[in-house]
Amino acid sequence: MKGYLRADGRKGIRDVTLVVYLVECAHHVARSIAASFPAQDVQVIGFPGCYPNAYAQAMLERLATHPNVGAVLLVSLGCEGFDKLGLRDAITASDRPVEVLTIQGVGGTRAAIDAGTRWVSACRAELAARPTVPLTFADLTIGTICGGSDGASGLTANPSIGRAFDTLIERGAACIFEETGELIGCEAHMADRAVTPALGHELIAAVDKAARYYEVLGYPSFAPGNADGGLTTIEEKSMGAYAKSGRSAIAGLIKPGDRPPGGGLYLLDVVPDGEVRFGFPNIVDNAEIVELIACGAQVILFSTGRGSVVGSAISPVIKVCSNPVTFARMADDMDVNAGRILDGEATVDDVGAEIVEVIESVASDATTRSEALGHIEFILTYKSFEPIGPACLPLAGAA
Amino acid sequence: MTRADATDPRLILLDEDDNIVAVARPIKAGENVLIDGAIHALDAEVGLGFKLARRAIAADEPIVKHGARIGIATTAIAAGALVHTHNVRSAYLPSTETLAKAGDPS
Repeated sequence: MKGYLRADGRKGIRDVTLVVYLVECAHHVARSIAASFPAQDVQVIGFPGCYPNAYAQAMLERLATHPNVGAVLLVSLGCEGFDKLGLRDAITASDRPVEVLTIQGVGGTRAAIDAGTRWVSACRAELAARPTVPLTFADLTIGTICGGSDGASGLTANPSIGRAFDTLIERGAACIFEETGELIGCEAHMADRAVTPALGHELIAAVDKAARYYEVLGYPSFAPGNADGGLTTIEEKSMGAYAKSGRSAIAGLIKPGDRPPGGGLYLLDVVPDGEVRFGFPNIVDNAEIVELIACGAQVILFSTGRGSVVGSAISPVIKVCSNPVTFARMADDMDVNAGRILDGEATVDDVGAEIVEVIESVASDATTRSEALGHIEFILTYKSFEPIGPACLPLAGAA
Repeated sequence: MTRADATDPRLILLDEDDNIVAVARPIKAGENVLIDGAIHALDAEVGLGFKLARRAIAADEPIVKHGARIGIATTAIAAGALVHTHNVRSAYLPSTETLAKAGDPS
């Protein structure tokens, strides 16, 4: 495996130039600048809101200084509330090339597109000259998510990802699972896996928060349709999603933008703190993927049954398909066929080992299916979080 | 997960500690299935994702899947029988109660 060494010692497996719109009004200019370059090399991300939000500010700081990112162009309209100079300073401090382009200042749309295109062009030439360095699993942070799950997800793709996580953690990687709202009923089991009782307590509290949040929104976790698919209880349904976490000890609880302090398994709490504001915790899978990436994930393992097609900006997404029917119908979109387990052609151990091999190749020269198809989805909306407490990362001092 | 030679290829044992096996491919009523070397006749069709008892399970015994408790048997369940809402209840306590039982560790 090979990577791009950053000033903070982290290594990226991609060398992306980001064009970041700081309000929706700057989105067209950002998109037009990126359009002159290969889609996977120059990617557009941004925040659409006019009013500032501490979460969005922190997220864009973490994303713009992510190891897979080589350089950043910030595109501002000029009158939005985003703290663009604060963001620029954080990127400068990370030793990355950065430029702020203000559309109102440079004379409008056409002038901004021209100036931005020139800057990115010069920047790409500079990045291309940099050497790569060897990379090991200990350099990697891997996130996992499921979307468009089906009755097979909990039998094939999710346990296989769990098996891959066990192997990756043995080899020094940090692995992150998430979506506390889908872990209702697994709290006690999770708490038993925590490295300290105090962390176990925090894990239970995080699921409790999620349960209350979804209750206020009016979305119960166990729907009558679940029983039609063979699921008997809420804890069985949650256990299927929870299987993605594997069997390692849980080393910490983090929130969006927090970086794991070392290798091991972490739970990402994606449900906002405080009273219910701004609606759904995450409106779509890509919002959760972005949060995993903001925690430093250079690769995402995406378990799908009905057939998600998405990728993501910044970090490659590896699609693990739970059933052979979907895989056959959408093979071009899928990286791993975990449905072979249903046909008796492979075991969970086999597919887990295959996932690790695919990560190895994606961290070398291979592209994922979603990268090859041009998927670079990105979404960031308003949220609000309190910082994690001291019990959440008990091993941080020892690392 | 293993697929022991003594178990039907249409069934998946997710964890050695499990007392259920998961159905990987639909099986019709009246067909025989092989679980841990024993043959059982199915009395109803079962689809992907449903569960069959791996051995006899007593009333009030936990149902174990993925190596974890996913519910409690409400009645005695024979080996090879369907394990679902008619003979299993949730053992889930809302987290607030779990927290209260766990006490404050600090």
